[in-house]
Amino acid sequence: MNTLILTSIEQGLIFSILAIGVTITFKILDFADMSVEGTFPMGAFIFAKFITAGLSPVLSTLLAFVFGSLAGLITYTLNIKLKIRALLSGILTMTILYSINLRLNGKSNIGLFNYDSIFDGFETVIVLTVIVFAVKILMDAFLKTEVGYLLIATGDNETLVKSLGENSNKYKMIGLMLSNGLVGLSGALMAQYQGFSDINMGTSIIVVAIASIIVGDSILRNSKLLKMTTRAITGALIYKFIGAKAIDLGLAPTDLKAINAIIVILFLSYNTFSPVKMKKMKKIKAAEAAKC
Amino acid sequence: MLDIQNLSKTFNIGTDNEAQIFNNFSIHINKGECTGILGANGCGKSTLFNIISGVLMQEKGIITLNGININKLKENERAQYIGRVHQNPSAGVSPSLTILENISLSDKKCQKFTLRRLIRKNKTEEFREILKTLDLGLEDKLDTEVKYLSGGQRQSLSLLMATMKKPALLLLDEHTAALDPKTSRLIMEKTQELIKTQNITTMMISHNIKDTIKYSDRIVMLDRGEIILDVRNGQITEKELLSIYNSRNYGSQLTEAV
Repeated sequence: MNTLILTSIEQGLIFSILAIGVTITFKILDFADMSVEGTFPMGAFIFAKFITAGLSPVLSTLLAFVFGSLAGLITYTLNIKLKIRALLSGILTMTILYSINLRLNGKSNIGLFNYDSIFDGFETVIVLTVIVFAVKILMDAFLKTEVGYLLIATGDNETLVKSLGENSNKYKMIGLMLSNGLVGLSGALMAQYQGFSDINMGTSIIVVAIASIIVGDSILRNSKLLKMTTRAITGALIYKFIGAKAIDLGLAPTDLKAINAIIVILFLSYNTFSPVKMKKMKKIKAAEAAKC
Repeated sequence: MLDIQNLSKTFNIGTDNEAQIFNNFSIHINKGECTGILGANGCGKSTLFNIISGVLMQEKGIITLNGININKLKENERAQYIGRVHQNPSAGVSPSLTILENISLSDKKCQKFTLRRLIRKNKTEEFREILKTLDLGLEDKLDTEVKYLSGGQRQSLSLLMATMKKPALLLLDEHTAALDPKTSRLIMEKTQELIKTQNITTMMISHNIKDTIKYSDRIVMLDRGEIILDVRNGQITEKELLSIYNSRNYGSQLTEAV
């Protein structure tokens, strides 16, 4: 297979776990959680910490999920217990995590080529597909449970959740922990994929996540058949492919961040000014004019 | 039933905007009755509801419901006793969920929410029957997201959800104010039917004097945190009620009973 397509698929799959995680806060809870910028490298650093200490790759990857969810707990505590605004809570957590990440291994870049990874012995793309599907299926199933629906209702209308006798904060906590756990998992996978953990790998990762979500939402926009998780995965894959294509066409890797932002802008404005919508509007206006 | 003793509530304590809304306010609500509450904006009606349902905490005063002191209970813990329908039709539902999902959630009210599937096929018929009682055709739209319903349909659903598990006390907070006159009448009739058949103790805030007279057993009028009128329905005519309302509630004169 074409390397360009293969690498975009592999990276897209890793980012789709990030996108599913951020979907929980960004779309379901309507919570602008910036802490993922710290949780993503944290996942990578936690993985590095445990794999270098001799733990198995699978266990180290799972621990990245666990520690990621603890980072979500910090944001929750700042926001709900200390009543600091959501956006600021996330930024504060992200800042704290920057130092914690550096403390974890004592350096800002750790090479992992000499250690085992969960990709050993299998095709990377197959391992990733299995993991992404497992996450998707678990997530879809969770959102169909009583607790899952309360999570959705909390983002929708907290008053309703309280009137059902439930403490809506509990569901914000579940959401934030789950979200950051998945982001940590995604970070650990990225570290193994690229063979190193770097302190800057989280910079503007929130744009990547939101871009994937927005691209995913732009596909078959009004279709109810596509689940939120499917949209996040498809979005991440398409988004990654566009970025890779841009570099393939001759742009420098340093341009990537700007390309990321431009993709978001393009898809957002496409949603507002889509040709189909414009055509319909024109028809309606023409009909109105004909009446007069 | 509901007993409020010596309630005091001040907003913005310690600032220039400090405003005491209740000072030693007491009221007793009888079981099975519908108490209509009238009063101009800012007289304390909604604050009273917010204190009863636990959204706001009072500085002083004891609230007992069926002999239980609910002062220390949080908003969500009081939900087992209290149902509330808000003025905003979206406040009582989850707009991005479907009718079936909303009803299934309220069916679990005050029970343990677990990791079992929320939607159970065997319950769907039961919910369809309940929705039929609203007479709005909602039983055929089970999979429609609630945000696509009209304000009246959404409010009917809110009312249904608030009363699905019979509450000890039902608070109606101007629940027809955002609706057109016809829908408003329809919802009022549904409300009446629900509270009479289930014999629910109700407190109803309204700016509609005609509705208050038509549907309440007792009428209470508030002005700046004080009860200025407390009568059984029938003891007072619409005209008298209006003249008291206008004599006290300056700034928002009603020219006729609307």
